[in-house]
Amino acid sequence: MPVYALKPDYTGEIKDRVENFHGNQLVYIGWDHHLLFSSPFSLLAPIGMRFDVFFKEIVSNAFSQHPEWDQIDWSSVTWLLDGQPFIPQPEVSLGDQGINHKSFLRFQTPGLTGIAGAGI
Amino acid sequence: MAAKKLNMKEKYRLLTRDLDWEFSYADRKKAFPFEEFEGIKITDWSKWEDPFRLTMDSYWKYQAEKEKKLYAIFDAFSQNNAHLNVSDPRYINAIKIFLTGITPLEYQAYQGFAHTGRQFGGVGARVACQMQSLDELRHVQTQVHAMSHYNKFFDGFKEWTHMQDRVWYLSVAKSFFNDARSGGPFEFLVAIGFSFEYVLTNLVFVPFMSGAAYNGDMATVTFGFSAQSDEARHMTLGLEVIKFLLEQHEDNVPIVQKWIDKWFWRGSRLLSVVAMMMDYMLPNKVMSWKEGWEVYFEEAGGALFKDLARYGIRMPKYAEQIRKEKEHISHQTWWTFYTYGQAAGFHTWIPTDEELDWLSEKYPNTFDKYYRPRWEYAKKLEAEGKRFYNGTLPQLCTTCQIPLLFTEMDDPTLTAHRCSHYKGDQYHFCSDGCKDVFEEEPEKYVQSWLPVHQIYQGNCGGPGLPEILQDYYRFEMGADNMDMKGSPDEARWKQWKGVA
Repeated sequence: MPVYALKPDYTGEIKDRVENFHGNQLVYIGWDHHLLFSSPFSLLAPIGMRFDVFFKEIVSNAFSQHPEWDQIDWSSVTWLLDGQPFIPQPEVSLGDQGINHKSFLRFQTPGLTGIAGAGI
Repeated sequence: MAAKKLNMKEKYRLLTRDLDWEFSYADRKKAFPFEEFEGIKITDWSKWEDPFRLTMDSYWKYQAEKEKKLYAIFDAFSQNNAHLNVSDPRYINAIKIFLTGITPLEYQAYQGFAHTGRQFGGVGARVACQMQSLDELRHVQTQVHAMSHYNKFFDGFKEWTHMQDRVWYLSVAKSFFNDARSGGPFEFLVAIGFSFEYVLTNLVFVPFMSGAAYNGDMATVTFGFSAQSDEARHMTLGLEVIKFLLEQHEDNVPIVQKWIDKWFWRGSRLLSVVAMMMDYMLPNKVMSWKEGWEVYFEEAGGALFKDLARYGIRMPKYAEQIRKEKEHISHQTWWTFYTYGQAAGFHTWIPTDEELDWLSEKYPNTFDKYYRPRWEYAKKLEAEGKRFYNGTLPQLCTTCQIPLLFTEMDDPTLTAHRCSHYKGDQYHFCSDGCKDVFEEEPEKYVQSWLPVHQIYQGNCGGPGLPEILQDYYRFEMGADNMDMKGSPDEARWKQWKGVA
């Protein structure tokens, strides 16, 4: 049952539909086992933005305070997009490679175990 | 002829049963339009056992006596500058959370019970809800008055009504009550009357009231004593509604179980903030969150659910998950507030070395392994003059609205994440419990007012975080937020105490 309501045909207003973001979309991103940042981030990006631009201008900015950020060997990084294994294509736009509104990206950096080796 | 003097029992009967209407020409269903849509079946309202049995005149008399004593103590507290007697100025930040986060919930409880006090077909239940509604309104007033003294001397109090509808972490508490109030009257009573007031209330009351006593805050202690007899009545109402619903019809059992599962989970998520308060914010500790959970839920709640088993009710669905999480949530929550300390309307800080040792002792399985290293790193940065603040907005759970700060219990450094799809959009959650709640009623939760998304939609001013905090939240920058170290609160305290 989608809702228990007095009116049988009740529907709710979808607060976070992509149209409400003025040409942008939400992308969530988390760095697994690095909890200096206590939760994954919510980022805002133009729908047609290329992945390399998104990464350089938005993602790097969010994570760069972490002392291991500069040590990441990007050739060994693994990615999940909405729970499925994923290989980002730098020159393709977010939408054209399936990074849609409210998609969740998470990445793993083998060999980097966080500050003090404690997953921080 | 002199009017016959009625005894209490007669007065109460006249107030309730005899005051009800007979629906001789109007449709009874139209008079109580909320009574059936939740699927609850009531066959006989006369079986309702009134938990309070208070008449209005005795209610006024009791409450007026309590108020008189309470306000006498508030006056004395104020005249003696008793804020100087608290253990440490860090303590006041727990009271800021109380006023900004909990007092508005008392107001929502007042509104919710006033509504249910109109909507039940049974007059005994209506009167009980109206009485509780009055109590809740009184709690709002007395809390505001108890804390108004602190507002004269400390930052972070003055915009509490404005902040309630705007600030990201306050949306957690606000949306919890909005969820309950936008359910039907029976769900509201199971949510607030039973799951929160009966099952979880000690976990709010003990840390705040005992915490106040341990930390020299006599204003809050006195409020607590004044509210205690009300809370006892509220607990009996919570238990009565459960027993009444379960005895009325067997079809009610699965519905009540579903609500207990939902509201026990929602309630324990809400208590994360109490957990961090117990472990991190009280300079003189009462007990750890883990110990509190064991005493007040695992022991007391365990006995309660054993008692309810004869009705076919089992333990709340995620009790086992919360048992595991008790080792982690206070640390994860305080770390979140510490790292987003610029966006908190109270001060945050690194625990002292003595406190770190207390946490190691209380959490031997988890603290040194997962959490102490974070504080060691934070200390290092602070010593270098680079106190850590996280400048990027977090991902929020659609249901509880808390950032995804909780981790997998079999892998405590991995963020827990769940996902659901509805009408072409994705929704994200912190847990199976929150995902279940969404999937039961997605049409309700697609409407979640998620503060981070609202900021990104441009509905909270801006463009930058400083403007949002200052103009939309009305934080006084550098006074209401940021670290305790270097705050005006700290500087004033040192001045009053003559400490350099």
